[in-house]
Amino acid sequence: MEQTSSGFKQEDTQPKDWAQQLHHATRATREDWFGRGISYLCIGVIILVVASMLWFITSKGIATFTQNHVNIGQFLTGTNWAPDQGKTGALPMIVGSFAVTFAAALVATPFAVGTAIFMTEIAPKRGRKVLQPVIELLVGIPSVVYGFIGLAVVVPFMRHLVGGSGFGIISATFVLFVMVLPTITTMTVDSLRAVPRFYKEASLALGATRWQTVSRVILRAATPGILTAIIFGMARAFGEALAVQMVIGNAAVMPKNLISPASTLTSQLTTGIGDTIDGTLPNNALWSLALILLLMSLFFNALVRVIAKRGQLSHER
Amino acid sequence: MNKGTKLAMGFATITLLLAGCGKATSSTSSSKSSSAELSGKVTAVGSTALQPLAAKAGANFTSKHSKVNLTVQGGGSGTGLSQVQSGAVSLGDSDIFAEEKKGIDASKLTDHKVAVVGMGPVVNKDAGVKNLKMSQLKQIFTGKITNWKMVGGKDQKIVIINRAQGSGTRATFENAVLKGATAVKSQEQDSNGAVQKIVATTPGAVSYLAFSYYTNKLQAVSVDNVAPTDNNVENNKWKIWSYEHMYTKGTPNATTAAFLKYMTSKDVQNSLVKDMGYISIHDMQVTKDAKGVVTSK
Repeated sequence: MEQTSSGFKQEDTQPKDWAQQLHHATRATREDWFGRGISYLCIGVIILVVASMLWFITSKGIATFTQNHVNIGQFLTGTNWAPDQGKTGALPMIVGSFAVTFAAALVATPFAVGTAIFMTEIAPKRGRKVLQPVIELLVGIPSVVYGFIGLAVVVPFMRHLVGGSGFGIISATFVLFVMVLPTITTMTVDSLRAVPRFYKEASLALGATRWQTVSRVILRAATPGILTAIIFGMARAFGEALAVQMVIGNAAVMPKNLISPASTLTSQLTTGIGDTIDGTLPNNALWSLALILLLMSLFFNALVRVIAKRGQLSHER
Repeated sequence: MNKGTKLAMGFATITLLLAGCGKATSSTSSSKSSSAELSGKVTAVGSTALQPLAAKAGANFTSKHSKVNLTVQGGGSGTGLSQVQSGAVSLGDSDIFAEEKKGIDASKLTDHKVAVVGMGPVVNKDAGVKNLKMSQLKQIFTGKITNWKMVGGKDQKIVIINRAQGSGTRATFENAVLKGATAVKSQEQDSNGAVQKIVATTPGAVSYLAFSYYTNKLQAVSVDNVAPTDNNVENNKWKIWSYEHMYTKGTPNATTAAFLKYMTSKDVQNSLVKDMGYISIHDMQVTKDAKGVVTSK
């Protein structure tokens, strides 16, 4: 009864309002649209930027092969890099890039994992108070500063230690080691912290020592995360230009050993781009190097995704 | 640094776009009025060897003409030439003749020589070499001579530091010294500053620099017993030198033309140009053309 009475009371005014309310958006809905609109706009801009960069680098990068008719196989396997004279063998730079990247990751990983274990398992408090800021500081140092230190300290040091001019893959490895260390360390710390507490508890309860627990349970469980960390570190090493360029010596020759000057894709790019003319072979060849860099970073990203997916299977239920 | 470079390039592009707009307005407003009313934007991009001089002269010029907005940027001779050719900037700074660069149509550009730069070989002080024959210099950079003792120095391996391929300084040096021969593959550095530092600290290192980058930490080398001095460049006894060019596309607008006139004026050439280690174009007793043929004035 109440329903009808109340319904009758409002009959004069409400039905029209209801109709209006149904046909027109409320304030909340409009806010919702507005928010969504802004989000889509931002996403759209980002996608546009990324897509246009991909398109730009790709179209410029393949011009070497489509316009200048360079054989792509020759480009990737040739060892004579003198684009001014029409010689575009990019293998020395590709090898150089991979060499410094793998060497830096190889050297940095034990240190990074050790530091991460110390920060999470051995001395979590001191780790957070002392080591965390130190590592964050390392991230914040601009690469040009690393390059300067490399040029002023590492290069002369290597010259005294192993002879030669001091410029070369070994100096670049040393500089990159310091540069990728914080990346690998922080990500390893995260993955070690993400290991479920009961793994550790169960291991200790079974009578395992702390070392046994760390080495066989925690590290094992965190392996996918650590691998991801290493790959991120490698991606950074692969893309680093300035610091490497200052210490590697920048000679476009196949690296024969670790102590003779070599060059990387990035170091050739930064050195050469200002002296080339748009649309000519030397310029296009540099864009092709950029394209290789881009493809490699896409590859690193894909690898991270694959590992993350596999990692989900190994633990967590 | 990748990001930084991209960012810088982005900014450069924006500046260039703005420069383009500025020019359009300035040419209409200032073409008829006298030099007192100069205004608008002039952008000079290119050679890092010319950059310090252009920047200083530009600052002096704008202090006289407050309505003129003059920007000087580096980027390399190649960048300067291609930017001016595409019409993106008013002045393209270059260490080399436009004719020498592939991909540049020199017939569309107008050359303005604003200074002369002498360059010469420099070696690490410990090498014990103060003079080289031109032929020896050539053999060093083509990889035939590999130890300093072969040219009267210490028993020390020669470490060659080159500038990047396509660099104006390198082109000048190779034109004068190698004369068509191919340089041996070696270290390449992208700036005079880096070369200066590396040669000073690396035992056995040899490279080449503009006179203005000579320091007492380096050993400047005489060639065929001719010392690397401004006087020897002016009479062409010293062969390794080049002009600093400012290229314009077609006829420059009034503001740009006024700046070029200012750059080549006796006033600037005798004070600023010399103070900054360049050589005045008015002092040259010879001229060199794009093919490298030298004729006395």
